[in-house]
Amino acid sequence: MNSLRELFGYPFMVNALQAGTIVAVVSASMGWFMVLRRQTFAGHTLSIVGFPGAAGAILLGISPAFGYFGFCAVAALLIGAADPRAGTTTYRQESALIGTVQAMALASGFLFVSLYHGNLNGLTGLLFGSFLGITRGQVLTLLAVGAGALVGLAIIARPLLFASVDPEVAAAAGLPVRALSLGFLLLLAVAVAETAQITGALLVFALLVLPPATAQTITGRPAFGLGLSVTLAMVVTWAGLVAAYYTPYPTGAFITTFSFAAYALARGTRWLAERSRSTRPVIASEVPG
Amino acid sequence: MRPERAPAGGDPPVTGAAEGPSPGRAPAVRAGGAEVRFADRVLWSGVDLAIEPGTFTAILGPNGVGKSTFLKVVLGLQRLSAGWVEVLGAPAGRERHRIGYVPQRKSFDQSLRLRGVDVVRLGFDGRRWGVPVPGTRSRHARTTVAEAVALVGATGFAGRPVGDLSGGEQQRLVVAQALVRGPDLLLLDEPLDNLDLANQGAVARLVQRICRERGVTVMMVAHDVNPILPYLDQVVYLAAGHAVAGTPSEVITTETLSGLYGAPVEVLRASDGRLVVVGAPEPPALHSDRHAR
Repeated sequence: MNSLRELFGYPFMVNALQAGTIVAVVSASMGWFMVLRRQTFAGHTLSIVGFPGAAGAILLGISPAFGYFGFCAVAALLIGAADPRAGTTTYRQESALIGTVQAMALASGFLFVSLYHGNLNGLTGLLFGSFLGITRGQVLTLLAVGAGALVGLAIIARPLLFASVDPEVAAAAGLPVRALSLGFLLLLAVAVAETAQITGALLVFALLVLPPATAQTITGRPAFGLGLSVTLAMVVTWAGLVAAYYTPYPTGAFITTFSFAAYALARGTRWLAERSRSTRPVIASEVPG
Repeated sequence: MRPERAPAGGDPPVTGAAEGPSPGRAPAVRAGGAEVRFADRVLWSGVDLAIEPGTFTAILGPNGVGKSTFLKVVLGLQRLSAGWVEVLGAPAGRERHRIGYVPQRKSFDQSLRLRGVDVVRLGFDGRRWGVPVPGTRSRHARTTVAEAVALVGATGFAGRPVGDLSGGEQQRLVVAQALVRGPDLLLLDEPLDNLDLANQGAVARLVQRICRERGVTVMMVAHDVNPILPYLDQVVYLAAGHAVAGTPSEVITTETLSGLYGAPVEVLRASDGRLVVVGAPEPPALHSDRHAR
């Protein structure tokens, strides 16, 4: 108990916990739609393009923030140009296009880093973040951008869900399916670009995909699933930060491991439940509500 | 151009003029000289019809003749290259909120973790911006959705993820989704496709019940008329770029279809009452509305 109080006594730890909470809420909400829309690969690519963006910006001597936002936005527009949900391309073409964007992004990132003969410590920071060196100002910026992205998501939430599940009917009902798709990718890009600056490109992806995938394994209710996804993300982030405080190992590794454990547990439980259901006669069907 | 129409009888009154909506029991859908053209290819032309409110109409014809495109014209998603169409007393597309639409589909993604009731709910308020706030409106939405689910007989399974449901169960849910706002016109694109015979009959009876009890005008695209034949008021038969409209007994005859195809076609009646069209020429492979965009 004493040592927990000690933990909250350090400003850097308080900043880390606050930043982690914001990142968890934003990533888990965006990620819930991303997983539902089968856009995990797009989300992964958006998380990664922040790396060449930041490296390029450092090379040019401008703020890495411009690189993060610029590259993520351009990647979102490129990916959104071939959207199978709007019926103009197939899912196969989409994933191939995203793959080429990601390959090119990674290649240019490494090129930028090697062109910039500065310290290579930056590379680890770009990929894995620096959770424990967060300033007050960064927390506030993160809060502003995260809140903005969440408000945007809340506004388009229902039409986006409609367009994700049933694009044809949504279009027939007069919804702008293509614009919704592009809007979501841009919101995702903004959220990822801001988050990746703190958590690094790899951890933001873990929080984007693991808690939502776990929640969707557990429940098919949209509101409950979103809430569960956010709760899971917050719990693993706090647990990861605390674990990293008491050990010499990196925060991101703990957060990802805890998320993965939750996901594996959910999948395993569901597999067992489905197996026992298929071997036993059905006693009571599930009650809708 | 052959604006064809089967010999009169119980035919809807011929609406010669294309002026604005007439009050009272104006036809739910009217078209005159309608034509759809993709690039230099005419899909169909000279289509005249009037569909009375509260009737059950089938859009029939061989694959690729433009049946789905016809529904898209009614929805206002596909423009006519000639002629006119009026839907619920207004130009197509204007009264879209009064139309329920079930597109042609294979099935929902098996891994889709969203309950059946949520899919139906999307039909009710899925086009509203912002998040739903708990309260009276939200309760009203839930009861309305539950009613639509009960109407199609899906209460027993609507709480399960749609991906886990059978084709027939999914089909009932998408019909409920199309009905949840109480539409005046229901458009169904091959809803019996991919269903086994028992489910075909059940869904066909369901659609007819909705048509009769709720007074909803139903237009259903089908490639096989037999599962819905007993329930139909009217058929629109599309073939060889033209259409004939009338009652099933007027249209599905050797004479009418031979005239439509421009080739000898024979309509046979099996001992169980099923109709079989023999000798209908296949349309050229090019004539596929599914790939035309």
